Amino acid sequence: MNRPLPKFGIGLALAAAALTFTGVEQLGALAAEHGEAAARLYPPAPKLSAADYPSIAGVNSRVAVWIFAQLHLWFAAFVLAVPIFVFIIEAIGMRTRDKRYDDMAYEFIKVSITAYSLTAILGGMLLFSLILFYPHLFSYLSTIFRESMFYYALLFFAESAALYIYYYGWHWLQGGFRKWVHLTLGLVLNAVGTTIMLLANAWLTFMMSPAGVDGAGVFSGDAWAAIHNFLWNPINIHRFVANIAYGGSIVGAYAAFKFLTASGPRERAHYDWMGYNANFIAICALLPLPFAGYYLAAEIYAYSQQMGITLMGGIFAWLFIIQAVLIGTLFLSANYYLWCGMGRSDGAKRYTKYIKYIAIVLVGAFLVWFTPHTLVLTNEELKALGGPHHKILGPLGIMPAKNTAVNVMIIFTALSFMFYRRANKVATVPWVKAGNAIQVALYAAGIANILFLGIYHGYFTNTVYKVAASIPQVLTTLVVIAGSIALDSFIYRGGKEVGPLHWGRIPERAQYALFLLAVAFTWLMGLMGYIRSGIRQHWHVLDIMRDASPDAFTPTLGYAANVVSVAAIIFMAMVIFVFWIAQVSSDKTLPAGYWKD
Amino acid sequence: MRIPKLLQAVLVLAGVYFGFIVVFDVILEAVIPSSLLVMYMFFVTAGVFMVFTYDEEGTRELVAPIKALVEDPSKRVWRNIVFVIVPLAAGAGTYVQMQPSFEAPLELRTIHPAPPTTAKIYGKRVNLLKLENPFRKLEKEDPEQFRELVEEGAAVYIQNCQYCHGDKLDGNGPYAAGLNPTPLNFQDVGTIAQLQESYLFWRIATGGPGLPKEAAPWISSMPVWQNFLKEDEIWKTILFLYDYTGHSPRTWGNE
Repeated sequence: MNRPLPKFGIGLALAAAALTFTGVEQLGALAAEHGEAAARLYPPAPKLSAADYPSIAGVNSRVAVWIFAQLHLWFAAFVLAVPIFVFIIEAIGMRTRDKRYDDMAYEFIKVSITAYSLTAILGGMLLFSLILFYPHLFSYLSTIFRESMFYYALLFFAESAALYIYYYGWHWLQGGFRKWVHLTLGLVLNAVGTTIMLLANAWLTFMMSPAGVDGAGVFSGDAWAAIHNFLWNPINIHRFVANIAYGGSIVGAYAAFKFLTASGPRERAHYDWMGYNANFIAICALLPLPFAGYYLAAEIYAYSQQMGITLMGGIFAWLFIIQAVLIGTLFLSANYYLWCGMGRSDGAKRYTKYIKYIAIVLVGAFLVWFTPHTLVLTNEELKALGGPHHKILGPLGIMPAKNTAVNVMIIFTALSFMFYRRANKVATVPWVKAGNAIQVALYAAGIANILFLGIYHGYFTNTVYKVAASIPQVLTTLVVIAGSIALDSFIYRGGKEVGPLHWGRIPERAQYALFLLAVAFTWLMGLMGYIRSGIRQHWHVLDIMRDASPDAFTPTLGYAANVVSVAAIIFMAMVIFVFWIAQVSSDKTLPAGYWKD
Repeated sequence: MRIPKLLQAVLVLAGVYFGFIVVFDVILEAVIPSSLLVMYMFFVTAGVFMVFTYDEEGTRELVAPIKALVEDPSKRVWRNIVFVIVPLAAGAGTYVQMQPSFEAPLELRTIHPAPPTTAKIYGKRVNLLKLENPFRKLEKEDPEQFRELVEEGAAVYIQNCQYCHGDKLDGNGPYAAGLNPTPLNFQDVGTIAQLQESYLFWRIATGGPGLPKEAAPWISSMPVWQNFLKEDEIWKTILFLYDYTGHSPRTWGNE
């Protein structure tokens, strides 16, 4: 006889499994055993009509849910990302015993406290708007995910507890063992936050690649199968890496804001240093991000040809061009910030002569990166070409060219960073010339390999190899980056410093590059989030639960871009509020004669 | 004589702009679309200014002539000339851009319409995610028979498809000039090489009228070939399309 698994047990196991990524098979087996009996208990996905969607006070339900979901997601990314950033910075501070890192980490956790409550408020708004405007969808999803939703809510207690102790105990838990306890609390905070994200990811990926249900949407009772659906892990990886980069960019924007409003050189130096570190972490996470995105897109295509084509070849293809432009903007602004930052060192002149060559390669790769697959041609141009096919630009419009371009952009960004690091150092080892020659050979061989893989496998083999070739391309890029960092560390071992770094000696326009980084990230997340959700088109749950609301149609690209842009502006305004409130909390006014002596 | 930085920047931009036109339009004989050229030049300009402004010295030198033009009392005459010319040029540019023309508006065409998950073809409901070419396995199992099928597919293609898609499968058949948009070029790496065979089967069998409701209205004069050809004939034609162009259909398993 099948033994029913207590619901509490499933939920607890789910949370533990999501937290540790272990015990997965065991949980699956238990749930499957439980499944047969449970299948009879669950109804099929409801077949709805327009009358099933309440109309409330003339509010456009899709736009309301869209904006609340987007704002919640941005803040959620913010409050998940900043503690990851803070944890890394605190750990660096402990390792280097440089108190500036600890102070910076504290300054940031203070900022995220306000953002935390805004996240919760927006999460509540999203939940209410879903229940009010899409009651049947919410009811269906909560039937399947009832345990995970319940534990999702409970996990907020754990997160709040960890966050408050982490923040309020910052100055109390200092030095020796206490500092280790504090860092562990930071780890717990991040683990809980990440688990919360993984659970929410399961619900949204279930809507794209439903699992644990039959063709009519009847739930088998296997909650793990529904959570561990086809697109869950690709989204988890992409969001986790993106959150680190996003956290870095938001912190960078904060530092830029404080740098521009700084009252003296000391303050400028501090916020310049903070901006540099934030940008460094953002770049480190940005480098693997295109690969995580490509993996997600390839998995979407593998799951459903229809969603894959809608995503990149169909109606959303032009939003992908905007995405390409924004990603290129991220790389350009990150590089520009590094180049401007070279002015902090008196020894930078030796390397600045190479900047123009790096810029040529970066811009060239960027142009390939955003060349569209479907060209917009005037009738004259159509006639001149003899059709919509362009023999030169056509091949640049497909993924092998994009993958090659982005790998080259990443390698040259790493080169910019290497020059930045070298700017203030003089190597003293006798084999410095040989070392530099090996560096040049490493970069040249890596780029040649990336070009070969992209051109040969991208255009002269079938799609299996075409897609698979992206993996050795990525590995080549990683080997070049890791190899050059390792080699440089040997070349500059025991090297001399040119002089002290002049923190604060950076043009103000470099700070706008940091703003651009944060704004481009935010906008990008909004646009890509819309695309990810929109490729389901007229389905609430793909192929299982149809959207019968009056808004089931896919809006025009301009309309969607406007909604995302308005939401991005609201978010930016709220972030400025968060920065301001963090500043106000440290301001003090002493009113003369107001209080009794 | 050293060229002032501002002039250097202008010369670089002009060089890149005309370079694109010369390389694409003259040397390669494949015009660069004006919409793309604008996008390219926007980011080339950004790149040029990034290189010229990453340090204070370069920035000062770059903006010095502009600053002098605005602030230097001795440049009054030049300033007045520039201050008249710039708004006039902007106005003329706006006028030219906004002027009504007989040119058809630009169109964002979707090359690959997304297929439905299932479609009714030859009276059966088929799942396009799982549908496979029944003859594909013969490529390895019985190469001789496979060649025969490819030749039969070629005959079907020549009798029915080449009028639009061309005898070289390059989208340039005798009727192509009369169609807008022009028929698809199968030699292009961005067309059938990107697609699964089930996609081609759906697209050929259901033609223009079978295109999805989403993103309508579609412009396609592709006939509904299931009304004229047998199911086997479509699959054989698909074998021929890949064989002739040298492309492989999109698959998810190894060969």
